[in-house]
Amino acid sequence: MKTLDAVIAESPVFAGLTQEQLEFIAGCAQNVHFDEGQQIAKRGDPADVFYLLRMGEVALDIDVPNKKPVRVDTVEPGQVLGWAWLIPPYQWNYDVTATELVRAVSFDGACIREKCASDNELGYALLTRFSQVIVGRLQATRLRLLDIYGTDSH
Amino acid sequence: MAQTLTETAGSLEAMTPVPYAVTATRQDTYDTWTLELEPVNGAPIVPGPGQFNMLYAFGVGEVPISNAGNFETDERLVHTIRAVGAVTKALCAAEVGTVIGVRGPFGNTWPIEDAKGKDVVIVAGGIGLPPLRPAIYHVLKNRKDYGRFVLLYGARTPSDMVFLDEVKSWQSNYDVDLDLIVDAGDTDWKGKVGLVTKLIPPANFDADVAKGFIVGPEIMMKFVAQELMNRDLPAESIYVSMERTMRCGVGLCGHCQVGPTLICRDGAVYTWAEVEKLLAVKEL
Repeated sequence: MKTLDAVIAESPVFAGLTQEQLEFIAGCAQNVHFDEGQQIAKRGDPADVFYLLRMGEVALDIDVPNKKPVRVDTVEPGQVLGWAWLIPPYQWNYDVTATELVRAVSFDGACIREKCASDNELGYALLTRFSQVIVGRLQATRLRLLDIYGTDSH
Repeated sequence: MAQTLTETAGSLEAMTPVPYAVTATRQDTYDTWTLELEPVNGAPIVPGPGQFNMLYAFGVGEVPISNAGNFETDERLVHTIRAVGAVTKALCAAEVGTVIGVRGPFGNTWPIEDAKGKDVVIVAGGIGLPPLRPAIYHVLKNRKDYGRFVLLYGARTPSDMVFLDEVKSWQSNYDVDLDLIVDAGDTDWKGKVGLVTKLIPPANFDADVAKGFIVGPEIMMKFVAQELMNRDLPAESIYVSMERTMRCGVGLCGHCQVGPTLICRDGAVYTWAEVEKLLAVKEL
């Protein structure tokens, strides 16, 4: 069975961090699981944690008045769920629900954030990595604005 | 070997619609219908996977529509049509018993023989699934002849997916890696949300021995082909089905010309290596 720091080190998000940095982050991490249908976060809640998904998928939903919530994205195993812990005002932007049994590593974002404030090297390393996550989601969202299925086809 | 009328360009046979009766219709989405057709008399047209027919709504006009039938078990012609213009609206409004004209089959086929022994990765977007359906059924029927079979299907919303019940039945096959994704869903949607390209990085295939077949709007095919190449699948192993306004179907009129190629005559199936640069030219 892999240790938490081994699992974390394998994630592209944390690749390249020093052993000391990985050990600190692993010290702020724990294994968690969520049952199918369980709400993981609610829009507006304090974003003091983030997750590295190991198994199962989660859905990001937005409430629309007088309509069913709209499912705007899903996060799959190997991906990071949550970046709002790093960016003010540190609040979840979506309702997050496990669509199946989810196993994940949970990180104490508030603790890591405090450390980042005093350890600029770690702060820069994490900000760079999470910027890539955010940019990836921004690009995917922009591509969806193209409505790529909406034009001609057979 | 599938018949093709492209080789008989200019002949009376190639240009004469054969009467076919609509034997079944089904509304797939708010603007898309599937018609099943049988010849009024005479032998049926036998298309190959990837070929198209010209469908003629008498008194309205003619349009090219890909074959979507399961040729492995059924000789009926199946065509899925989006109602976007006068002709396609007339075809979609056809009731059982309506007679329409059919010319074809035209064009080339998916390289399903070349793909034998290799992994097959099929990526469909929206109404792009039906043109791939004959190839999918061929692989499913001859499953042992192929390696891993990956089928990725994306659409705007769950209600824009066609043949969804059938797709879900394929999902129950243990030897098919099938994944669905929509741009946006509701909380009843249990699949993934995002672009279909998101399904490619984790897909289970070996790029050294894989063939990719893509159908969808050109912009979708462009992003999917790029993502497949990011997985090291060569452009020569990626096949797309092109669409342009086709009129004659036999390479005479030039309506479907893209650069040096006439899609009805030389395609509609091309390797990405053949069309990537052509599609980058705005004027084409």
